[in-house]
Amino acid sequence: MTPALTIRQLTKTYGNGFQALKGIDLDVAEGDFFALLGPNGAGKSTTIGILSTLVNKTGGRVEVFGHDLDRDPSGLKRCLGVVPQEFNFNQFEKAFDILVAQAGYYGIPARIAGERAEHYLTELGLWDKRDVPSRMLSGGMKRRLMIARALIHQPRLLILDEPTAGVDIELRRSMWTFLTELNRQGITIILTTHYLEEAEQLCRNIGIIDHGRIVENTSMRELLMKLHVETFLFDLRSPLAAAPTLTGYPAQLVDPLTLEVQVEKSQGLNELFAQLAAQGVEVLSLRNKTNRLEELFVSLVEKNLAGGQ
Amino acid sequence: MSVELRANWVALQTIVRKEVRRFTRIWPQTLLPPAITMVLYFVIFGNLIGRQIGDMGGFSYMEYIVPGLIMMSVITNSYGNVVSSFFGAKFQRSVEELLVSPTSPHVILVGFVLGGVLRGLAVAAIVTTLSLFFTDLRVHHAGVTVMVILLAATIFALCGFINAVYARNFDDISIIPTFVLTPLTYLGGVFYSISMLSPFWQTVSLGNPILHMVNAFRYGILGVSDIHIGTALGLMLLAAAVLYTACYQLLSRGIGMRQ
Repeated sequence: MTPALTIRQLTKTYGNGFQALKGIDLDVAEGDFFALLGPNGAGKSTTIGILSTLVNKTGGRVEVFGHDLDRDPSGLKRCLGVVPQEFNFNQFEKAFDILVAQAGYYGIPARIAGERAEHYLTELGLWDKRDVPSRMLSGGMKRRLMIARALIHQPRLLILDEPTAGVDIELRRSMWTFLTELNRQGITIILTTHYLEEAEQLCRNIGIIDHGRIVENTSMRELLMKLHVETFLFDLRSPLAAAPTLTGYPAQLVDPLTLEVQVEKSQGLNELFAQLAAQGVEVLSLRNKTNRLEELFVSLVEKNLAGGQ
Repeated sequence: MSVELRANWVALQTIVRKEVRRFTRIWPQTLLPPAITMVLYFVIFGNLIGRQIGDMGGFSYMEYIVPGLIMMSVITNSYGNVVSSFFGAKFQRSVEELLVSPTSPHVILVGFVLGGVLRGLAVAAIVTTLSLFFTDLRVHHAGVTVMVILLAATIFALCGFINAVYARNFDDISIIPTFVLTPLTYLGGVFYSISMLSPFWQTVSLGNPILHMVNAFRYGILGVSDIHIGTALGLMLLAAAVLYTACYQLLSRGIGMRQ
């Protein structure tokens, strides 16, 4: 099967001498839901910019479904839909017109373009806003409009650069459902996000980029298995004056009613609950202190930073 | 027609339709002002002052200046359409919609230039219609008239495109029209024949490309010209070819658009 995306030794040095990409290799299989994560300035948007041809690469090779960026940019562009981070449509045009025009740029005749525009605007809950100038739409609507625009030529690979930034939780979850359904229909999706919970929830594979280098490229399951210790917060029924002594479980009180406990993967929670029960500590509920992926992400980026220094 | 060719044809239609819709939607800013300005020129220069001036080149002053005023409208509007539309697309980053698509740079360029040419022609039609209220207009050479107006509109649409590519802010798109285009147009023989100038200034005037366009157009309408028509048409064809090549290079390299 032809990979959806192949990147080899991709480099980018900007005019001011800043080296944004230092030779990255990346493979994304067809049908994958892939997370590309990294701190601000790591090189995510530069990579997406090169794929969408808005940034000229300095060196290396890029292929989308076998279409080489240098030899067949037109073929590559037909397979690719990009939802950028910043709004980049004409603020004076109506939502429907934006989609039909975008379809036209891909050679899709107006009649078919109109049908598709209706389909995607309806799917994304924007049909009743079709005749509204895009500047009048809310931030969340604008993001959905950009997703509809990226899908209008029915690409095989969809890249979304922080699509849920600044979007409320309800809308974010409805976008997750929409993207999951697209992926189920066979569209390969690459997602960059700062909400690591989002990546953990949606993506099967993950690449972490930092300082222009891929520092991790593996499956989400394997990555999460690298996490040896998780931190849990226990909500207590009665206040405590001091943290209980729990053998094998470092614990501290966050406040009289909240106990923070570190648990190694190999330990499990049964023994911990037994010790708490033995000391008369009654637990109402428990939750992860931080997102699991977030802990890993921070540790990987910190490791890379230490290695770089 | 191959799939690629058909796709580019649809893309071209899309760009042109969008451009025409843009300048017709904002007609009070695009089509109305040249109509009002030209009516004022006809009334003040052609009618009131023109009666004092008398004949020029064997024609009444009104008849003499009409071709130049039509050409002036074509030049400013074809230039203005492309510079404002393409810079607007750059400024709002909606140009990225085109750049990420498989649309060929030739199609993008031709689409924007056609938008400029069509606005130039629309304004020319309006101004010509208005001029008929002030004078009789008989076309001496239809072929030359059409060719000159199309070439002039194309040349200035291409110039507008170059301006838009290099412009970084809205000031940059008004500098060239104000400080270059307007003086060259006024000194391009719209209101006078260069035979009225001293030999030195006649020679200097020949360096003004707009003089050649105005006179070639005047030849097409009235049959009189200060310059050789063949030379004017040749220069215009050469200018269009050179400018098109330059614009294509800028667009395909993504100057001012790609990082």
